[in-house]
Amino acid sequence: MAANGEALTSGGYIKHHLTNLTFGQHSDGSWGIAHSAKEAAEMGFWSFHVDSMFWSIGLAFIMFFVFRKIAKGFSIENPSKIQLFVETLFEFADTSAKEGFQFKNLWIAPLALTIFCWVFLMNLMDLIPVDWIPELFIFLGVDYMKIVPSTDINIALGLALAIFIMIVYYSLKEKSPIGFFKELAMHPFSAKEFGVSNTGVQLVINLFILYPLNLVLETVSLLAKPVSLGLRLFGNMYAGELIFILIALMFSQLFTMTASGFMMGVAGGALQLVWAIFHILVITLQAYIFMMLTIVYLNQAHEHGDH
Amino acid sequence: MNINATLLGQTIAFFIFVWFCKKFVWPMMMGPIMERQQRIADGLAAAEKGQQAEEIAKKEAEKLVSSAKSQAAEIVSNAEKRGNSVEAEAKDKAKSEGERIITAAQAEVDQETNRAREELRKQVSTLAVAGASKIINKEIDDKAHDGLLEDLITQLKAK
Repeated sequence: MAANGEALTSGGYIKHHLTNLTFGQHSDGSWGIAHSAKEAAEMGFWSFHVDSMFWSIGLAFIMFFVFRKIAKGFSIENPSKIQLFVETLFEFADTSAKEGFQFKNLWIAPLALTIFCWVFLMNLMDLIPVDWIPELFIFLGVDYMKIVPSTDINIALGLALAIFIMIVYYSLKEKSPIGFFKELAMHPFSAKEFGVSNTGVQLVINLFILYPLNLVLETVSLLAKPVSLGLRLFGNMYAGELIFILIALMFSQLFTMTASGFMMGVAGGALQLVWAIFHILVITLQAYIFMMLTIVYLNQAHEHGDH
Repeated sequence: MNINATLLGQTIAFFIFVWFCKKFVWPMMMGPIMERQQRIADGLAAAEKGQQAEEIAKKEAEKLVSSAKSQAAEIVSNAEKRGNSVEAEAKDKAKSEGERIITAAQAEVDQETNRAREELRKQVSTLAVAGASKIINKEIDDKAHDGLLEDLITQLKAK
């Protein structure tokens, strides 16, 4: 479990489980895999979490492979159960996109499907017992293996960044750059609403006080959308993963071969079960929230303000 | 927990997957689903139409049956009337024919009787004349009279 000198302590165990397999440039200039959390941190921005990327892309491949396989064998008259399940997913994404999005954009429904299913699958990895796959990879000679991509802040924020790019893109496209700027600057405050009737005074107050203020406020709220979107997913999944790791630590007390250790192990088993069942709800809910908020944000990006 | 290029990698991967989904997965799945929805809608519409047609046909059939019934009743009553009249006519005809035959027969019988009677009278008179002439010719002879009379009687009987 411990790689390169990390002692088998609770702290070391947790730290090991929270370290990604990182590929980047070592401090001596060579490229390679980081062998400790410290080395990984030193690699700076231009390094990759190989495990997160592998699992997230791998899950997407599996997902699309299954979908295409089902689609190829699609039977209108006599659908199999798995086909009906996949159909339900598609219809769910379609319905969500239709209900939450009032404009005509053929990308929204496939986008919603991709987000919901992909995020769900990434979250689902959380239900695999925390030691199984990392231990397997240690056996194969790989030091670190974090299998839940959504507990990696890069993955969560990467998705959110993509959503942000789309928000900005559609805002510029639908409202024109000037319209988009107007929405940011002329909202929510304007001198007219404060009862200033003289147009000259209105202009001065607007230009020098209210519009800059609006711009700051609206920019913050615009940026808060993707940040909150990403951090919500990351926070929920990271916390859940951490609790799974802490529960797993309780099992290790079994090896002390004492009565208290035994009790801890049993309690750990019970907690593991309860938390895993609860987590089924959490992972689905987080995937759903991510999808719904994306639809809502993109809907807002399409909306023309009434000013 | 380091922010690094994984973030960009995930963003790019996300765009690629969304594009892939839109181009190669979504239409493959939604096409047949839509087709099925269309089929179901068509089927329901057809069923509705069929039901309406059935109702119309039922009404039509009922109408036909009732009109046929009334027609049949009319035909039967007509036939009855006709039969009655034919029977009466036939009876009348038969009666009159019978009467006619009877009167004709009666008349023939009468005629025949009269003729026979006339004939008889003629013969009796001839016989009487002949007998008288014979009696006058052969005179009175009991045996001869008896033989003559008997001869006369047999002659009469034969007539």
